[in-house]
Amino acid sequence: MSLLLDLALVAWLLALALYVTSARGDRDAIVAFIAFGLLLGLGWTRIAALDVALTEAAIGGGVTGMLLLRAEAHLRKRKPGGPSKGVVGKAVTAVACVMVTVGLMLVVLAFPSPAPTLAPAAAAALPATGLGNPVTAVLLAYRALDTLLEKVVLILALIGVWSLAPDGLWGGAPRLRPALVPEPLAYLAQMLPPFGVLIAVYMCWVGADAPGGTFQAGTVLAAMWLLVMLAGLSPEPETRGKALRLTLIAGPALFVAIGFLGFAMAGGFLSYPESIAKPLIVGIEAALTLSIAATLGLLVAGPAQMASGR
Amino acid sequence: MSPLATEPAHVATPGGVLLVLAVMLPVVAVLLMLALGPRWTRRIALATLAIGLLVTIAILAELLRTGEALTYVVGGWQPPLGIALRADGTSVAMLAMTALVIAATGCFGYAQQQLDPATSHGRAPTSFWILLMAVWSALNAIFVGEDLFNLYVALELLTFAAVPLVCLDGRAETMAAALRYLMFALLGSLLYLLGTALIYGSFGTLDISLLSQASAEGPVFPVALALMIAGLLAKAALFPLHLWLPPAHAGAPASASAVLSALVIKAPFFLILRLVLDVAPPQSAAFAGQFLAVLGAASILFCSVMALRQARLKLMIAYSTVAQIGYLFIVFPLASGSETLPPWGTIAWTGGALQLISHALAKAAMFLAAGAIAEAYGHDRISDLGGFGRALPISAAAFGLAGLSLMGIPPSGGFVAKCLLLTAAVIGGHPWLAATILAGGLLAGSYVFRVVDRALATPAIPLAPRKPIPRRLELAALVLAVAAVLLGLVPLQPFAFLQIGRPDSLTAVAP
Repeated sequence: MSLLLDLALVAWLLALALYVTSARGDRDAIVAFIAFGLLLGLGWTRIAALDVALTEAAIGGGVTGMLLLRAEAHLRKRKPGGPSKGVVGKAVTAVACVMVTVGLMLVVLAFPSPAPTLAPAAAAALPATGLGNPVTAVLLAYRALDTLLEKVVLILALIGVWSLAPDGLWGGAPRLRPALVPEPLAYLAQMLPPFGVLIAVYMCWVGADAPGGTFQAGTVLAAMWLLVMLAGLSPEPETRGKALRLTLIAGPALFVAIGFLGFAMAGGFLSYPESIAKPLIVGIEAALTLSIAATLGLLVAGPAQMASGR
Repeated sequence: MSPLATEPAHVATPGGVLLVLAVMLPVVAVLLMLALGPRWTRRIALATLAIGLLVTIAILAELLRTGEALTYVVGGWQPPLGIALRADGTSVAMLAMTALVIAATGCFGYAQQQLDPATSHGRAPTSFWILLMAVWSALNAIFVGEDLFNLYVALELLTFAAVPLVCLDGRAETMAAALRYLMFALLGSLLYLLGTALIYGSFGTLDISLLSQASAEGPVFPVALALMIAGLLAKAALFPLHLWLPPAHAGAPASASAVLSALVIKAPFFLILRLVLDVAPPQSAAFAGQFLAVLGAASILFCSVMALRQARLKLMIAYSTVAQIGYLFIVFPLASGSETLPPWGTIAWTGGALQLISHALAKAAMFLAAGAIAEAYGHDRISDLGGFGRALPISAAAFGLAGLSLMGIPPSGGFVAKCLLLTAAVIGGHPWLAATILAGGLLAGSYVFRVVDRALATPAIPLAPRKPIPRRLELAALVLAVAAVLLGLVPLQPFAFLQIGRPDSLTAVAP
């Protein structure tokens, strides 16, 4: 039975992938791409990678899809039907992709069996962190430096997007609200956020011991915030705002601060004293969730389009 | 195999903390700049530049004092589970070069912003300082990284800091150049990440020194390395993947161009160097070396000719960058070493490192000089710059001195570098590489002379700058150009500093 399900999933994924690459309209392709991301998330659950599945659905399907839809809407306003790639270009791309895929398949089949893995080591070291979810331990303890720098990358992406604003508008607010807010959207924006916030808080909290964590929780929060702004229930914030900027850096700043405190408390950068490792990590995760939510929301909102009020 | 049962691959040294500071200090600056807003940005940047220079000097002193590489194990988690940072002689040379160029560029940026106080807290200057700090952190992380995934994160940091620098002035064509750069860079990141995943899948570790001891059988290792090197080539802009570079580097503001051309493209090269010499099994390394050398030679010849044909100064300098990058890639077959002599003991290794550093200094000097010229005349068309040397003598001198290094004329770092590479090519029996080095030098001479000729020309109507240029705006370029010349004092032999912290002989590395 489960084999049948898996086969159906694979067939569906392949069909969607083909449709995304061959669809005529950009918007059709993007919608199919969002569906693809959600299904791929389902695929990850089938191989027991729940953390990856949640992230794939939230980022691969959700945020990326929304970014693409907004970009498409902008392009549609500018010029109807841009130049599309010629047959030769498409054929070359297809051949290159097929070659890479086949090569990867051959290489993956040549992996040693059983594949060498650090999973036992990651599980064995868990007690020192007080955590129950090895994925969180990898992200916030063993490889905390990677996670920290990755969060800085996210902030830099936002700085890059902000720097695209015209000089006069820089520091002002982005514009998300459509001229006319559809009734169902306003209704949804009033009903959904309480549940979304609850889910986000749960995901962040449970991440220490079970699948879930900062990125997934942050994405859900960002989605709720975007929904409220899209429906015009809350104004888009000015990008120069102090509170906004403090929210953006709260997570990474706390992370860096606790990292440096490690010199005093545990003898090194980013090491946690064993007795309070878990509270420290959960604290960092909570702050990171807020910062990620703010960053992702503002990334989707884009550069400033309204002049600053002051 | 239990990874915990084996000997620790890295032992932290007392000076290792400095490496953490080198990476994290600019990150702290980025966060502070965001928190405190535009009015504080420049002050934070200048303070960080000063402290960062001190940290680099401390790292240098510690390396010279102990004669061993600096190592830090982050969070006390030993690789392969955790991440180690390590700086040997070559890495420290890169750190020092980075600090020098970033500091000089910062001084230029500061002087340039003072010309126009009204906008100095505006969009472009504020974004510039934040991105400059992020570039610094990313470069330091790449030069001291020991873990392939940590290096991936550092590469991403570098990309997301470098791409917005290209389109800071907000014109449509620089936006297009930045987008094209982003496409190449992201494709490169993807390929690198794919290779990293394959390596983890077959070895269960991403630590470079652990990987160098792993026995490599089967197709996975070569395929993974090929993917990673291909990805890094796209970021390093080696011919024929250089198409994004000239418009991006020529369109960026001068201070951004200097950092992009001098430093940012060196990071992927440095990683290719580490993959080929420290990770790849000897046979794959030899094959990759040959392949890279062919591309490098093509880069030198094709892009030198392209540089000669450019009408605009900054485009010429940008094409010259791709050509000079080519020299770095012909190092691979020349520095392959032998049973008794490790690669880092060869003269080609010293030559390659000197070429990398002297190009960084000279190219940053050229872009800053071009920035002063553009500031003075409002354009950079070479044919309309006749006699600019009279109005901007310091910039003209900086350009000329930097040119010496690119051509490989004594006294200059570029001379020593190219002389060592040429000797290595002749001794090692690579006549076509030797010929390429000579031809590249001649072509570089032609395109540098075109500009020097304009500088010294005496047109009937003297060329008047549209506004006075303060000396301090021109000084940064001169300091860098003089530093490139001073590198020529390094003796013509394998440089011991670059071998600190490297294994003594190849047998220690080969399986």
